[in-house]
Amino acid sequence: MSSPGKANCAATLGVAILMGIAGYAALFVAPDERTMHEIQRIFYFHVPSAWTAFTAFFVVFICNIAYLTRRDLKWDWIAVSAAEVGLAFCTIVLVTGPIWAKPVWGIWWTWDARLTSTFVLWLMYVSYLLLRTLLPDAEKRARICAAFGIFAFLDVPLVYFSIWLWRTQHPQPVIGGGGSLDPTMRWVLLTCWVALLGVMILMVRQRYRLEKTRHEVEELTHAVEERVR
Amino acid sequence: MSIARAAALVLAKELRLEFRSRELLTTTLVFVLMVIVLFSFSFDPTSEEARTIGPGLLWMAFLFAGSLMLNPSFAREQANDTLCALRLAPVEPFGILLGKILANLVFLLLTELLLVPVFAVLYNVALLPVLGRLSLVLFLGTLGLCVTGTAFSAISAQARMRELLLPLLLLPVLTPILIASVECTAGLFAEPAELRMNWLQVLVAFDIIFLAASYLLCDTLLEE
Repeated sequence: MSSPGKANCAATLGVAILMGIAGYAALFVAPDERTMHEIQRIFYFHVPSAWTAFTAFFVVFICNIAYLTRRDLKWDWIAVSAAEVGLAFCTIVLVTGPIWAKPVWGIWWTWDARLTSTFVLWLMYVSYLLLRTLLPDAEKRARICAAFGIFAFLDVPLVYFSIWLWRTQHPQPVIGGGGSLDPTMRWVLLTCWVALLGVMILMVRQRYRLEKTRHEVEELTHAVEERVR
Repeated sequence: MSIARAAALVLAKELRLEFRSRELLTTTLVFVLMVIVLFSFSFDPTSEEARTIGPGLLWMAFLFAGSLMLNPSFAREQANDTLCALRLAPVEPFGILLGKILANLVFLLLTELLLVPVFAVLYNVALLPVLGRLSLVLFLGTLGLCVTGTAFSAISAQARMRELLLPLLLLPVLTPILIASVECTAGLFAEPAELRMNWLQVLVAFDIIFLAASYLLCDTLLEE
């Protein structure tokens, strides 16, 4: 096996072990929550998934700016990889949220500020990825999507603020507990986040390679077509 | 040539083009009217209900209308590749974009000017006491819609399926505009009428941020 392959294997193994530790910590190490009990443990993957998704979307934004200033396609490849992985994590957040909410609040979904703004965020990055599929030319796709990505990211604080302002005027379910977090709980939460960040980096790297290979194949196909003609 | 002069020229061109055929204005007008009428079937259109649901209905109609009518703004330039000619002109790219934004603003405000009174009559809303403040809200909300919509129209014009794509790109991004405009309008329709200043600030912030972003990104948007 070549050395990048070995490094890849080692990284994957490392992240797998980390995920194992995180899962164990969330299920057995973290103390029982007084009012919600077992169901609260989903929180150790729900919240870090949200943080990881936001991190990924921030990476998309940085790469969008980098592409427009440097005009190097590799930034576009990182952007699409991070957007896809971020969207996957955002989906996890939107799925685990209702699973937790049903037993605790008694309802699957409420138009609470955080839920609603995460949903709008999810929709924005779905349209970002959709836009990519509708632009066939690589350079044009990178440029147009970078512009849209910047617009979308600039909108995120406005979306959060306006939905927060809108919802705080209306009654809403109390989000469990609040206030301070038990120190063990905080450690478990951070461990889970590190593990999920590892998964994110691994997946973005893998996806980046795929995008690069795809681009190379595209270039070769063009070259062959030119030659035949 | 200054940005203002370039924008004025593009605006004049857009207006001349539209008022020759008036096709964009008439279709949008009929579309919004239809939405307003058809929406009345989804709830009991008494004056009390209309006061709570009306503002949302009105802005949804404008948002949908905007996401449809902003499409030709750049798509129209594609048929004869006239955008290329515009770009070759020795003007600032932002002048071109600004001219188009202003033209779309004029079209959408004209539509609103004709349809808000119709809405007020159909849904029994007292318009006259709040006319000035409502105009301000309509202007700021529509400006945000047109700035973002025109920039995204330049994006979607270069893609396939552009007619369907523009609403998909635009509507999630316009969430803050929708909420803020609806809240402002609801405040004005309430008894007693009040202008909700914090929401007006959201509208102003959105307009400024997206105008600035369009200014910074216009080279990218208009590039071929």
